[in-house]
Amino acid sequence: MSTYKTLITDVLVVGAGLAGERVAVEAASHGLDVIILSLVPPRRSHSTAAQGGMQASLGNCAMGEGDNPDVHFADTVKGSDWGCDQDVARLFVETAPLAVREMAIWGVPWNRVVAGKRTLPDGRVIEEKKEKEGLITARDFGGTAKWRTCYTADGTGHTLQYTMDSMVIKMGITVHDRTEAISLIHDGEQCTGVVARCLRTGDLRVYIAKSTVICTGGYGRLYSASTNAVINEGSGMFIALNTGVVPLGNMEAVQFHPTGMVPVWILITEGARGDGGYLLDKNLYRFMPDYEPKKKELASRDVVSRRMIQHMRKGYGVDSPYGPHLWLDIRHLGAKHINTNLREIANIARNFAGIDPVKDLIPVRPTQHYSMGGVRTNIDGAAYGLKGLFAAGEAACWDLHGFNRLGGNSLAETITAGRIIGKKVAEYTLGATLSYNYELVDKAVKEQENRIKALVNGWNGKENVYELRKLMEQNLMDYVGIFRNGKDLQKAVDNLRELYHRSLKIGLRSNGEGANPELAQALRLPGMIKLALCISYGALMRTESRGSHAREDYPKRDDANWLKRTLAYWPEGADLPELKYEPVKITELPPGDRGYGESSAESQGGKNG
Amino acid sequence: MADRELTFEIFRYNPQKPEVKPYLQTYKLKETTGMTIFVALNQIREEQDPSLMFDFVCRAAICGSCAMVINGRPRLACKTLTKTLPARIKLFPLPVFKLIGDLSVDTGTWFRHMSLKTEAWVHTSKTFDPKAQEERMDNETALKIYEAERCIECGCCIAGCATANIRDEFLGAAGINRVARFMLDPRDERTPAEYFEVVGSEEGAFGCMGLMACDDNCPMELPLQMQLAFVRRKMASIGIGYKPGKGIKLA
Repeated sequence: MSTYKTLITDVLVVGAGLAGERVAVEAASHGLDVIILSLVPPRRSHSTAAQGGMQASLGNCAMGEGDNPDVHFADTVKGSDWGCDQDVARLFVETAPLAVREMAIWGVPWNRVVAGKRTLPDGRVIEEKKEKEGLITARDFGGTAKWRTCYTADGTGHTLQYTMDSMVIKMGITVHDRTEAISLIHDGEQCTGVVARCLRTGDLRVYIAKSTVICTGGYGRLYSASTNAVINEGSGMFIALNTGVVPLGNMEAVQFHPTGMVPVWILITEGARGDGGYLLDKNLYRFMPDYEPKKKELASRDVVSRRMIQHMRKGYGVDSPYGPHLWLDIRHLGAKHINTNLREIANIARNFAGIDPVKDLIPVRPTQHYSMGGVRTNIDGAAYGLKGLFAAGEAACWDLHGFNRLGGNSLAETITAGRIIGKKVAEYTLGATLSYNYELVDKAVKEQENRIKALVNGWNGKENVYELRKLMEQNLMDYVGIFRNGKDLQKAVDNLRELYHRSLKIGLRSNGEGANPELAQALRLPGMIKLALCISYGALMRTESRGSHAREDYPKRDDANWLKRTLAYWPEGADLPELKYEPVKITELPPGDRGYGESSAESQGGKNG
Repeated sequence: MADRELTFEIFRYNPQKPEVKPYLQTYKLKETTGMTIFVALNQIREEQDPSLMFDFVCRAAICGSCAMVINGRPRLACKTLTKTLPARIKLFPLPVFKLIGDLSVDTGTWFRHMSLKTEAWVHTSKTFDPKAQEERMDNETALKIYEAERCIECGCCIAGCATANIRDEFLGAAGINRVARFMLDPRDERTPAEYFEVVGSEEGAFGCMGLMACDDNCPMELPLQMQLAFVRRKMASIGIGYKPGKGIKLA
């Protein structure tokens, strides 16, 4: 028998970003015992990197006047290219304003309406009303009919996370940071917790819980050029996938953000364009109005990213050692605006590219940014396939975003879904009893111990984890990017399949003792490659273009055949996911024209263009 | 510059294996354009020594994970370009914080303890009413709170602080700045006397020796010296200027 420490709790939250902490706060406020596990101290979570803001239809600022949940709903559904579940979108847009106001009571210093006239960078004059002064204001973001993105200067994610964590601390919620969940304990029907590895000592621990909630964020780091933090490796998704009974939804829906800074791929927030920034080509020509006369730089992210690639393919990109790129120009916004409202951008440009955006252009290219797909759940956040398992935030496919997420809807989803799903988790947990099978737990730990021993001793082979990882990243980057086609996708699937087999033969080069980082990577890589296969195989099979999924060989959205969600399962012993499909819930808005993008009547290359 | 060969001397120690004494290990690396310590350390781990421990999360100077002592100064490794350093680069873990291994230290536990000690949350008697409009706030006030909230808890100010290095319970600049953040916030209902309990001691505002390395080392360029002066002034006025019945107005 092995020795390991076992901890028991009511609710186990895996991941301490905004979604995870919001779920934890909700569950704890129902009197439940909660433990949060996190790879890093909560305030280091990737949520803190969100600069721009969160959407909620408060309608306080002049350009947000007349906004309401109905308008937000329509924007979200169009943004998703009708791929989202509309009952979820409706619940979300109705709850988001509450979630924003609640964060204000807890301490977020939201920017407020300042009364008076001002001139926008494009020359329009707007007037903020006296009676709205001091209420929470909003800025413009892509794909929205109104200014709806609430923000705190350049650090919205930071202030939200610090405030949320202050509630976690105030409520005395237990956080085990530097702890990684490496497998779910389950019997095929019920989830009873996780096996975790301590990243301080390397020891294995068992957490037994009535309910387990996966809030581990996205998988951006599967791609070699991603805006994501280095911890975003999709671990929560693949431990769910590894059960064989929990499916991942729409993994082929991958968002590329138009403005990752070349060559470090750090995000330049959409707020830069929302506040009036332009995209320029090598001739310093502002090209977006030619493609998208209505929304210009502020069409949805999938559309802007494709237009940028299209324009560079025509030869208008700026050559660089890192491939062609375009320019982001915010110089006309002025030093004061750049150094306060867009300070984070200014600092990033100065620190990491040695340029000053007050007088210089910023080199940008579309960069992997967000995972629309994730652990498939119902509207309560309950995962398909296992009782007692939930998911929220980017790790989940709830499904609010469909095939393209709007800027500002991810931060909004973290705290809004956290609030809603936290309540559902609490209700479920209050009605649940703790029962678990000791043999099942011991078997789950043994399985992980054996994996570790095999890696340390090289029993299965001597493959190098870092080499395999690079190959995985490159395959996704080269063949499963912004524009996709059958030939390349098939190549990606074949290559990744081979890589998956090789990843089962990894052997460490170091001794694997203690909190060894090579071991941590080696434990994750097979799961990461499984996710890469779910993405590329799902993309290969989906023979249409929808939102961020753009097939050059199938350029049209095909509602007759593809108005459905992909569900990827990983049967035991398989080397490819098994794909199933389910219908998308359309409750209010039937599929139609997005009003921007290639197939819109209003854009170049559209029906009339 | 791009042709230089860099020599890294890196502190190695695993507290779980105390029988192996701390030592400096040398790695050589060819410098590339735009190379940061983040790029360099990952390259060393992937190509030369997969056991090397260090922490990065955002790699964009936002999360505060990667502070370490680089050629004698506490800095964020992710935004330190190698071209700003000589060809010989010495890396040590931050002092004061508990060592996890090599360059990795436990800042998370220290900062959670600091938050608990200063009760770093908005103290309010109000509860959330989902039907009500939000309470109004002057935008200038919101921006002022945000300025103090910008601390990323990287620990550079603590590691470079003489007092924090000799006095375990000293709150340091990060702690004092944190208290200032709540003092500035009209939503926080704590009285001056309650704040005095938190920072009016040698562990708080009066423990500082005034060397101001915190202000020099802060990668966010927070006005830590001013925040200290602000908090000290408040504390002093509570001590000497208290008039019964009139109360004390903060900020």
